[in-house]
Amino acid sequence: MTEPPPWAARLTGVRHVYAKSVALDDVSLAVAAGEAVVVIGPDGVGKSTLLALIAGATRVQQGGVETLGHDITKERARTSVQPRIAFMPQGLGRNLYPTLSVRENIDYFAALFGGAPSKRVDALMQALGLAPFAARAAGKLSGGMKQKLGLCCALVHDPDILILDEPTTGVDPLSRRQFWDLVSAIRGARPAMALIVATSYLDEAERFGRVVLMQAGRIIADGAPAHLKSEHGAASMEALFMTLTGAQVPDRIMRRPPAPDAPISVEAHGLTRRFGAFVAVDRVEFSVRRGEIYGFLGSNGCGKTTTMKMLTGLLPASAGEARMLGRLVDARDLATRRRVGYMSQGFSLYGELTVQQNLNLHAELFGLGRDSGAARITALTHQFGLIEHTGAVAGGLPLGVRQRLSLAIAVLHEPEVLILDEPTSGVDPAARETFWQEIERLARDQQVTIFISTHFMTEAERCDRIAFMHAGRVIAEGAPDELRQSQSAATLEDAFVRFMQIGGAGDPPTDTLSALITSASTKRPKRAARLLAVARREILEMLREPVRFAMALAGTLVLALAFGYGISFNVEDVSLAVIDRDRTPASRAYVEEFASSPYFELRAALNDDRAIEQALRSNRATLVLDIPPGFGRTLASGGAPPIGAWVDGAMPFRAETVSGYAEALHRRAIAAAAGPGAPVRAAYALEPRFLYNQAFRSFNAVVPIMIGILLAMIPSILTSLAVVREKELGSITNFYVTPISRTEFLLGKQLPYIALGFVNFLLLVLLALLLFGLSIKGSFIALLAAGFLYVAATSAVGFVSSALTRSQTAAVFGTAIVIMVPAVEFSGLMQPLASLEPVDRAIGALFPTSHFNQVSTGVFAKGRSLFDLAGELGILALFWAGLLAIAIALLRKQER
Amino acid sequence: MNWRIVFALALKELRSLARDRFLLGFVIYAFTASIYVQATGNAQDIRNASIVIADEDGSELSRRIARMLPQQHFRQAVMVMPGELNGLLESGEATFALDIPPRFEADVLAGRSPSIQLLIDATAISQAGLGASHIAASLDQEVGDFLRGRGRPAARAPPLELRAAFNQALVSTWFTGVVELLDTTTMLAILLAGAAIVREREHGTLEHLLAMPVRAAEIMTAKTIANGAVILALAGLALIFIVEGLLGLEPAGSVPLFLLGVASYLFFAGSFGIFLGTISRSMPQLALIFILVVLPMNLLSGGNTPLESMPGWLQTVMQASPSTHYVAMTQAILIRGADLAIVWPHFAGTLGIGALFFAFSLFRFRRFLATQA
Repeated sequence: MTEPPPWAARLTGVRHVYAKSVALDDVSLAVAAGEAVVVIGPDGVGKSTLLALIAGATRVQQGGVETLGHDITKERARTSVQPRIAFMPQGLGRNLYPTLSVRENIDYFAALFGGAPSKRVDALMQALGLAPFAARAAGKLSGGMKQKLGLCCALVHDPDILILDEPTTGVDPLSRRQFWDLVSAIRGARPAMALIVATSYLDEAERFGRVVLMQAGRIIADGAPAHLKSEHGAASMEALFMTLTGAQVPDRIMRRPPAPDAPISVEAHGLTRRFGAFVAVDRVEFSVRRGEIYGFLGSNGCGKTTTMKMLTGLLPASAGEARMLGRLVDARDLATRRRVGYMSQGFSLYGELTVQQNLNLHAELFGLGRDSGAARITALTHQFGLIEHTGAVAGGLPLGVRQRLSLAIAVLHEPEVLILDEPTSGVDPAARETFWQEIERLARDQQVTIFISTHFMTEAERCDRIAFMHAGRVIAEGAPDELRQSQSAATLEDAFVRFMQIGGAGDPPTDTLSALITSASTKRPKRAARLLAVARREILEMLREPVRFAMALAGTLVLALAFGYGISFNVEDVSLAVIDRDRTPASRAYVEEFASSPYFELRAALNDDRAIEQALRSNRATLVLDIPPGFGRTLASGGAPPIGAWVDGAMPFRAETVSGYAEALHRRAIAAAAGPGAPVRAAYALEPRFLYNQAFRSFNAVVPIMIGILLAMIPSILTSLAVVREKELGSITNFYVTPISRTEFLLGKQLPYIALGFVNFLLLVLLALLLFGLSIKGSFIALLAAGFLYVAATSAVGFVSSALTRSQTAAVFGTAIVIMVPAVEFSGLMQPLASLEPVDRAIGALFPTSHFNQVSTGVFAKGRSLFDLAGELGILALFWAGLLAIAIALLRKQER
Repeated sequence: MNWRIVFALALKELRSLARDRFLLGFVIYAFTASIYVQATGNAQDIRNASIVIADEDGSELSRRIARMLPQQHFRQAVMVMPGELNGLLESGEATFALDIPPRFEADVLAGRSPSIQLLIDATAISQAGLGASHIAASLDQEVGDFLRGRGRPAARAPPLELRAAFNQALVSTWFTGVVELLDTTTMLAILLAGAAIVREREHGTLEHLLAMPVRAAEIMTAKTIANGAVILALAGLALIFIVEGLLGLEPAGSVPLFLLGVASYLFFAGSFGIFLGTISRSMPQLALIFILVVLPMNLLSGGNTPLESMPGWLQTVMQASPSTHYVAMTQAILIRGADLAIVWPHFAGTLGIGALFFAFSLFRFRRFLATQA
């Protein structure tokens, strides 16, 4: 072991700007090894940016950042220090993989850090209460549970610096206690580990040795909690916060619980919701009076959100009933919905719209008048402190500001009932206070019924009544004081913890904690292990969507069938119309020669010129023959009467082909019309020989090329989403902050797609041989090698577009559009390569498809040997390496 | 249906679209450069066909034959040795190889009807047949002229006076330009609508919307209108500036009628996109379904290869795809100058199938949300 560096993290003169707003303004901060620092401050003051800079997740714009003694602005230094950093980003489980199970998520993170003994993983899951849910998909966990899983993933290795961005937001009080006990235990075992935490729970801040208070991108106070409090004469952290940030704390609104005879506005009877065998909500009963504030408390994953969704009609109940404003909840009942406001747990507004645009949209949705809507929006933006953010894109705002926007929208239409699912999670204390003032004012002045869930006990105390929920059931209900007294607890939080323990939640056994601390991994992380971890995760995600997986395989075959049969350059059964102005045996013999050929089908006999035009315009005829009057007579007398013909020129290729057929048939038809006579000996005989495809079957030519086209499309479309999807859904942060290199990441992701593509390739070859009747005439080895290198190259194309784009839509569309041209048009299907214009040929040559087609056609049709095709194989290999190198170069290892 | 809500949601769609710069870039590329490049590159008449000639005769006639091929269809013929012919065909450097035998001219003059061999790479399926008949016709002409020059005209046969209607010069870029325009609208309309649904669900905004006083029909209508309007505008501009401006098509029929056709097609494509969005669980799944559906819709619609050449069952299947009607309708209006009296069945088919998908997506909308939770 090397000597621990004197500073765990040191920032000097750091400045960070997003578009127009300044997140950090000349910040300097030093955190010693072993120190525990908590960063607090209003929403959007740059706390998250500060943490992300220290973790190396965000690129340093200006100033110096050293983490564990390494200059984090340098990629090499970052790589060497990242295995010693643990970072948990903000947002309810945004960095997790929703289709992977809890255990698989943890294992993935463990593998990135060189693997953790399963004893340690078990202990962690025990300690955080995740053990019973090991097999559940992360996406199906409740918000708080996701947060716990995020913690678990951050703690899976032994870091020298632990950075947690609002780790306990949305976590229930019992779990919060357990979590901080766990962190304390880890710190006890690793005294040199530094801990940097951002939080919006001020009571948590008291546990730390040092508090850093930020405002408007600057540090305005820094010191021990007790010291700061006495210096500023504040009784509590909360008071200190309000004083230093200059927040106005208005007096509490006085209000009384509603009268017992007030009408019931929200009620549930025997309300039950099952997901398969799992009972999420179990026979829940409650009734809430008009103007009442009803708190809904409970451990994470106990069914609070599900209950609320049933109240809004988003989820149908499995049994029992829910009534809203006296009416049974019905998804189609718009009138009731207009009287209810709902705020869901995760941020569910439009991240790509600005704050103002989101507000305007909802004003329209609720049918507010133009003027009253605008007035209401102005009032709310003031009230919720959104004025300075109105022009900002909502997705880029800090969590707290986004929550405030969601709140503003929930109350925008002045609803009679408000259903709020953890509305204040992640919101700073001052904003929370403002919010509660508004809630209480609405309940008192407008008799609005409030149904709210929260994990803040200070908020629960302000409710008229609260219900404790555990494992799908309401286990206690009453006024906060009654409930506290019933458990003879000093605080409501203690009462909560006791209720949870009555409900069956216990403390984690202490021996698991010691297992956790002693069984740290000492293995050096391996490149191959990380690469394989990424590949394994990609495979798991693919398998979790069997539909996608099956389609990737079966879909190619379906396409192959459609194209094999559908793309044909032979023209048959062309509709023919005839205007016979002669009506002699000769003219009839002439027409018969056309009508009896397989190329034409006689559809109509026409009478005049107008009919010709009609027939062509309405596409009833593609070829019209016009036999002049006196044709038979002139022909018999040795003359050469010209036959008129019109061909539909709308589709030139068909027109040309049809003309060719017509010319050929014309000669035979004249001979037939003239009757038996002495055949004239030709001056010469042209002997056409169609090589490689004697039968001139479209299959033989189209199928080998079609394989190239399909294998260009499917693997590249799949990989094009591989990276951008993580960017869009948030898990890309893991790539930024874990010790995985760009090459490992991309190559690891690519392996499963190469395998999938190769299986596709083999299926297509089988189809070509068995169904389309092709045969291998050349080197089979060359074909196999080309198939492998080709899917490797085309799947790398997807990575390039994935690295460039920011949204999944753009990636899919961009890839499809960009590939379509060189793969379909310039690869030899529509025109032989030799016939392309130089520029087009270059475009074709710069894309792997034309090279693969050389091999494919060469092996299937032309009998070319491995030696002969070695050049093309080499080019395909170069494409793979080159495209992967471009993708690696384009992929950023840090957020901007 | 509350139209204020529909328009508010449609405005939201437009804003989301405008925010994605890369997507916008691709969309613009697709409607401009991509159409132009494909239309000119994918010319369906035979052009620049490569031919090599081994002249073992070295006579006046054989030299005339070497120069005879029309420039608009063939590259300058390359003279090679007889032994090289097969290798050049094999590597794809040449599609046609003509082998003029020794004493060809002398044998022709002597009336011995010598044979002349034409080797054709039949894997170049788009050129092989057509090119061979061009070469045969030119050869006929050239030998005929040669013999006439030597005072030995062949017997005169009645000519076939063939004219092409609607596109006398058989300019293929007109056709390919229009088809590329159609293919692009299909791709974009389906993808944008489908992705808009999947994206909203992945971000949780769809669930949020459904808790508002908004009907599923309003959400769907807004998406169809917003995406449709953008594509309709782009298709109109691309028709005027790219297909007419750069590719030189002079529309034979009414452009407003064509745009009406595009609009009815966009109704189908939007509904179909939403339908795909409701049946796919994630963006990668949508992408796959998209490829599986859109590739055949485009390639088999009759725009790239003639519908008549397909097997009967496939023709029947493709009649159920509005893309087939779309191509037929557009060709009829823009190139043949057809009016509504002729194309109304295509309009009806497109709108009918569109309505079917719209209704079905509406039916699925809430169900697929409930199963997701």
